[in-house]
Amino acid sequence: MSATSDNFIEIRGLCFAQGDRVIFDNIDIDVPRGQITAVMGPSGTGKTTLLRLIGRQLRPTAGEILIDGQNVCELGRKDLYALRRRMGMLFQSGALFTDRTVYDNVAFPLREHTRLPEAMIRDIVLMKLQAVGLRGARDMMPSELSGGMNRRAALARTIALDPEIIMYDEPFAGQDPIGMGVLLELIRLLNSSLSMTSIVVSHDIQETASIADKIYVIAEGKVIGKGSPQQLREDQSPMVRQFMQGLPDGPVPFHYPAQDFGDDMLGEHQ
Amino acid sequence: MIARLRMLGKMVLGLLQVLGRSGSFVALSLFRVPNIRKGTPLLIKQLYMVGVLSLPIIVVSGIFIGMVLSLQGYTILVDFGAEQAVGTMLALSLTRELGPVVTGLLFAGRAGSSLTAEIGLMKATEQITSMEMLSVDPLRYVIAPRLLAGFIAMPILALIFNAVGIWGGYLVSVEWLNVDSGSFWSNMQGATEFGEDVLNGIIKTVVFAFVVSWIAVFQGFDAVPTSEGIGRATTKTVVYGSLAILGLDFILTAVMFGDL
Repeated sequence: MSATSDNFIEIRGLCFAQGDRVIFDNIDIDVPRGQITAVMGPSGTGKTTLLRLIGRQLRPTAGEILIDGQNVCELGRKDLYALRRRMGMLFQSGALFTDRTVYDNVAFPLREHTRLPEAMIRDIVLMKLQAVGLRGARDMMPSELSGGMNRRAALARTIALDPEIIMYDEPFAGQDPIGMGVLLELIRLLNSSLSMTSIVVSHDIQETASIADKIYVIAEGKVIGKGSPQQLREDQSPMVRQFMQGLPDGPVPFHYPAQDFGDDMLGEHQ
Repeated sequence: MIARLRMLGKMVLGLLQVLGRSGSFVALSLFRVPNIRKGTPLLIKQLYMVGVLSLPIIVVSGIFIGMVLSLQGYTILVDFGAEQAVGTMLALSLTRELGPVVTGLLFAGRAGSSLTAEIGLMKATEQITSMEMLSVDPLRYVIAPRLLAGFIAMPILALIFNAVGIWGGYLVSVEWLNVDSGSFWSNMQGATEFGEDVLNGIIKTVVFAFVVSWIAVFQGFDAVPTSEGIGRATTKTVVYGSLAILGLDFILTAVMFGDL
């Protein structure tokens, strides 16, 4: 299988700026079909923005994003909504609808996009909830769920329509070790058993590296490293090394840019 | 000088941008082929939230305003021996002015602010975004039912306000101050015309309903998704909504009753 012809998503020459701040400066990313691609980088480098660009919540300043051959930037409303039905996105906050139960949250996309009878929707919802281990929590409201359960319920909603690709936005952030393990297992399982394509945006290196087939490291608007987890661990460029090993200081400075500390301290009295 | 001109230009451009955004926003939510099967349950739920839940405040305010009006009217009219006219005064001032305006103000405070806060919070918690990613158009699913519910509920609320207000006035003037019941009602009926008074009042409430609901949902949708931003948007809804009602009321009154 050649890597270039079988990419679900191809990003070419993507530039994006918010106001004066350049977030992406001409980056290329390939997401191979049926594999787990991780996008990593220090916080604030626009990893979530990348997912929003792919889902066309935002429009790039320049460059193109091809999803299964279609350029998302040029799609009309109808085609865009048709394409989004094939994509799932797991938000960092879960983003469950707070006015309905877990069951109704998972049933929501089914009720909106299909005309299935309620009995069949019930079967599908229970299957999805069983897959994430929350069948017993179906009658709970989102506010009653713990952080980990919240994210799993959101995952069940995301997979309700069996999307071809799932984008995970910081799936491990703020999870306890057990919740993290559960999510890792779920992502791996969904990917292998349903042959979904996955994009995981994260800065949890160990966890992400353990499931990813391919990793992109983004910093300061550019792709600074890519390859398999093994290749990246052996990468010698200082920035990638700093990030992969979690060193506090290096090319990415510990301090946010500021004037000289001594001058700043004295500044008040002058 | 140039700097001031630039500021002025910036302000006007900003204003026009907001107007354009809110205009296309309301057009995109409403001018669509309606989906009756999916839309009706959403609309009914919003009618309950916006309309039925606003009933207590509308009814209580209606009673008190009717009572105060007739008490004040009685004390003035009785000096001229014209206390039978209190029913006329009550009905005309309620149907023409107080019904639409007070209902509008209460509606902006009770329903408008809660619409703004609800939509703003949905935006802040990414529920709107996740809806978009589930290929469900939030304009259609969240905004349109709320707008429509506002249009439908407010004129009905205003009519209820009028009816309850007249009853409150009846209690005070007839039951308490012993105005003759027959002349109270017959004077009222003789002086109030359906087309001139009641219908004009309803037209006013329809206009107010449109403006208040529009401001409320747009402020929520356009809110900066932080707790401070939502607070500010809610305040804006009540302030802009109330000012718009009072300003429009003068214009509409001038058009409707200016040549009488």
